[in-house]
Amino acid sequence: MALSESAWERRPLGIAASVMDGLKLDGPLLGGLTLICAFGLVVLWSSGGQDIGLIYRQCARLAIAFATMLVVAQIPPKVLRLWSPWLFGVGLLLLVLVLVGGDVGKGAQRWLDLGFMRFQPSEVMKLSVPMMAAWYLHNRPLPPRLLELAILALLVVLPVLLIAQQPDLGTALLVASSGVLVLLLGGLSLRLIFLLGAAAVGFAPVLWHFMHDYQRQRVLTFLNPESDPLGAGYHIIQSKIAIGSGGLFGKGWTNGTQAQLEFLPERSTDFIFAVLGEEFGLIGLVLLLCAYLFVIGRGLYIAVQAQDTFSRLLAGSIALTFFVYVFVNTGMVTGLLPVVGVPLPLISYGGTSMVTLMAGFGMLMSVHGHRNLLAR
Amino acid sequence: MGTDRFKDHWREQQMFAGRIIAAAVIIVALAVMLAIRLVDLQVLNFEHFSRLSQGNRVRLEPVPPVRGLLYDRQGRVLAENRPVYQLELVPEQVTDIDGTLARLIALDLVREDELPRIQAQIRSQRRFEPTILRTRLSPEEAARFAVKRPHFPGVDIQARLARQYPGRALGAHAVGYVGAVSERDLEVIDVANYAGTAQIGKLGVERAWESLLHGTTGHRQVLVNAQGRMLQELERTDPVPGRNLYLTLDLELQAAAEAALEGGRGAVVALDPRNGHVLALVSLPGYDPNLFSTGLSSAQYDALQEDIDRPLFNRALRGQYPPGSTIKPLLALGGLHFGVTTATDSVFCPGWFSLPNHSHRYRDWKRGGHGTVNLVESVAQSCDVYFYRLAVALGIERMNEILGRFGLGRPTGLEIPGEAAGLVPSREWKRGAFSRAEDQVWFPGETVITGIGQGYLLATPLQLAHAAAILGARGRGYRPTLLAAVEDPVTGERQPLEPEPLPPIDVDATMVEQAVASMVAVVHGPRGTARAAGLKSPWTIAGKTGTAQVVGIGQTEQYDKDEMEERHRDHALFIAFAPAEAPRIAVSVLVENGGSGSGVAAPVARRVIEAWLGQPGAVD
Repeated sequence: MALSESAWERRPLGIAASVMDGLKLDGPLLGGLTLICAFGLVVLWSSGGQDIGLIYRQCARLAIAFATMLVVAQIPPKVLRLWSPWLFGVGLLLLVLVLVGGDVGKGAQRWLDLGFMRFQPSEVMKLSVPMMAAWYLHNRPLPPRLLELAILALLVVLPVLLIAQQPDLGTALLVASSGVLVLLLGGLSLRLIFLLGAAAVGFAPVLWHFMHDYQRQRVLTFLNPESDPLGAGYHIIQSKIAIGSGGLFGKGWTNGTQAQLEFLPERSTDFIFAVLGEEFGLIGLVLLLCAYLFVIGRGLYIAVQAQDTFSRLLAGSIALTFFVYVFVNTGMVTGLLPVVGVPLPLISYGGTSMVTLMAGFGMLMSVHGHRNLLAR
Repeated sequence: MGTDRFKDHWREQQMFAGRIIAAAVIIVALAVMLAIRLVDLQVLNFEHFSRLSQGNRVRLEPVPPVRGLLYDRQGRVLAENRPVYQLELVPEQVTDIDGTLARLIALDLVREDELPRIQAQIRSQRRFEPTILRTRLSPEEAARFAVKRPHFPGVDIQARLARQYPGRALGAHAVGYVGAVSERDLEVIDVANYAGTAQIGKLGVERAWESLLHGTTGHRQVLVNAQGRMLQELERTDPVPGRNLYLTLDLELQAAAEAALEGGRGAVVALDPRNGHVLALVSLPGYDPNLFSTGLSSAQYDALQEDIDRPLFNRALRGQYPPGSTIKPLLALGGLHFGVTTATDSVFCPGWFSLPNHSHRYRDWKRGGHGTVNLVESVAQSCDVYFYRLAVALGIERMNEILGRFGLGRPTGLEIPGEAAGLVPSREWKRGAFSRAEDQVWFPGETVITGIGQGYLLATPLQLAHAAAILGARGRGYRPTLLAAVEDPVTGERQPLEPEPLPPIDVDATMVEQAVASMVAVVHGPRGTARAAGLKSPWTIAGKTGTAQVVGIGQTEQYDKDEMEERHRDHALFIAFAPAEAPRIAVSVLVENGGSGSGVAAPVARRVIEAWLGQPGAVD
């Protein structure tokens, strides 16, 4: 108590800082996230055709997401660890349920109707897969042995296959990478990494065989977008025009012709990065990327500071998966990667993934906020 | 775990830090790659993309096609497209939007409760795009606005085409209606082809031939300025208008049939046995399909939905009723075909029937019984005891077989959606239909009551007309159809459709004639149940009355028509075809809770037959 009183006298920000500590919130992380979300709302106003209703709805989602983060940050990492197998089991069950009796929306089966809301079980997996993998490695000496690796691989592959069946390639990819990242951080030997990389290349034709026609089309179009300028290639061509014509400084807020004249499809959701590029130019995009890198860097710092294996692996995986998110979307919109339905995190319009993302950041904050300072 | 393996926290932390550093390096490398890509797009290739973006001033807009018209077989209009007037406001041309809206409300041209929707739409649209204030102004309202128009700059009346059904409720259950394209529709249609289309067929003919009626959407390329305002039309691909359809319906016959049934709930289906053409398809009460194409309020819809008389329910296609005695001629034919009876075999009817070793008495509708009757007499007088016996002799499987040959128990294949299958029971069906083992057994008593068209047996009015048509055509039936011809509205070329023959029922021709003769005796015989309806008919009519029980009556109870609640009264049925020798029309009539088939349903059929065969000259 005496300590906080003296802190109060020395710094005017002291009281705010102690509130943040009490709520287990991490200042830099919260600042970075708020900045990105605010920027997202600014862009959404433009891309959504100045529809205030759209902004209201997005704000409501943001409020829910931030509240979720706040709640999750209060749960100590130890509790998160103990919950992991249960969450994983329930998530897996829900995935099976959704395949058997889920609602079909836009040709894919992803939704489970709970009566009062619709819910995507694959979202749960984005967090419960890395949690499960970290739980499994928590008490084991690292690096893991081959048998342990095989079990881990199974824990990751099972939900990924179920999600890919829906079919939801984007989410499957993110869930897979969140699990694989735990493995990599857990000390998977470099030799094995290269071996697995080679195996993945060999696996590609098999994957191709199991892909849906529209997914194959996307890969083919990625390799040569001009081959299908009015169909699948249209997205990429238009988004490249939008970004390229933005130039260094952009055309100005709400002045992007590509976006405002509706040449750019899905401009409020998956392709919002192109709107940003058109209206705010290279400067705007680089600033946004810097904000993302700051958040990811802070996440990695938290992971290094973490005090037990579970927290470390989970925090590292969450931070790195966030980067995968950013890179897959920006890579897609700039034509570096194939078109995979992954939104730009915290900016794209839409609510399902926002809550999961912020819950993840809540876990990061929990890991950082519940450190046992006396132990150091 | 091996002895050499233990958890070394310090080493683990070192390894983890190393991995995080490696990850950070990779992240920075990928971010730099992305930045290079951005520089490549936005700086090095800026000129190229900027030029492409400038060229993106040409916008592709859909031009919706005109929906095909619907005619009856004589070329009388059933559905057409008429201009309707809507009130629009262009925000950028109006200085005081709120004031303008307030004055329009004062003139009673805009509803006050619409205000939030209008204001939201004005906010979300571009300022030069018109906002719709009101759809479907009445001519009087349009005139009221036209007078004040100078006081409302930026507000104007626009005409567009909307579906109209001039006959209103006439034939509504066959024609169907169009309505606004819904989310569910979008899942099954080619979205690109409906880009500019507001309405889509929801029910009936409008739905069944949606793809023919809709046509193909055209496109125009327009030059727009940087704000998206259209400057010039550059290129145009005209839409292909939808096909005009000539239906098999006859509007006059349809009107006659609806008039004959007026006031009751029920259905009339008239077919041409020579080709399967549906001449009339009536289900009463009906509704005005114009309500749906103009967009009805939810209160109006609820009123239709909750009406106890169920006007939206298509009784002709979807109403499944016990066919009652109307199937007796078919079972008589089955008895002849399978050799369990002959035309001369006679049976004594004491007014009741019992299975051997059972005390339960199956009653005849006539308390004293019919005395000694043969096949023709038992159909003519609708003797139940004869058919109880026949049913036992045939057995349920052979009854199922003969009724199936007349199309009962499965949809007839009429093109418009929603047709019910009806039900012809069998032992196998009963095993599958019930979950409890004791319910899955077929009881002999169930065979008995199937003989008079009761029990599990269900048929739609369409199926009954279809069965009558097959018998009338001496076993050579056609699939019922509503479409007579398709017309290309551009060339005017009309293509008639070929009737689709069904496999013949494969029963000896003399036996078929005996079954037909028994139906003629129903209408023209001295003791026929429908002889009143056959009086002074210029044509020989073959018919059969039917009365279907709605509620069960106990062994000793008396059926008293006046005392029973109206909705528990029996359904009245009648099937017929005429002229009996070479029929040109087959009819089924169902009157819900009508009472007796002979007293209520048969006169309706007589009027329909008269309206069709009595038409001077023009029949085909």
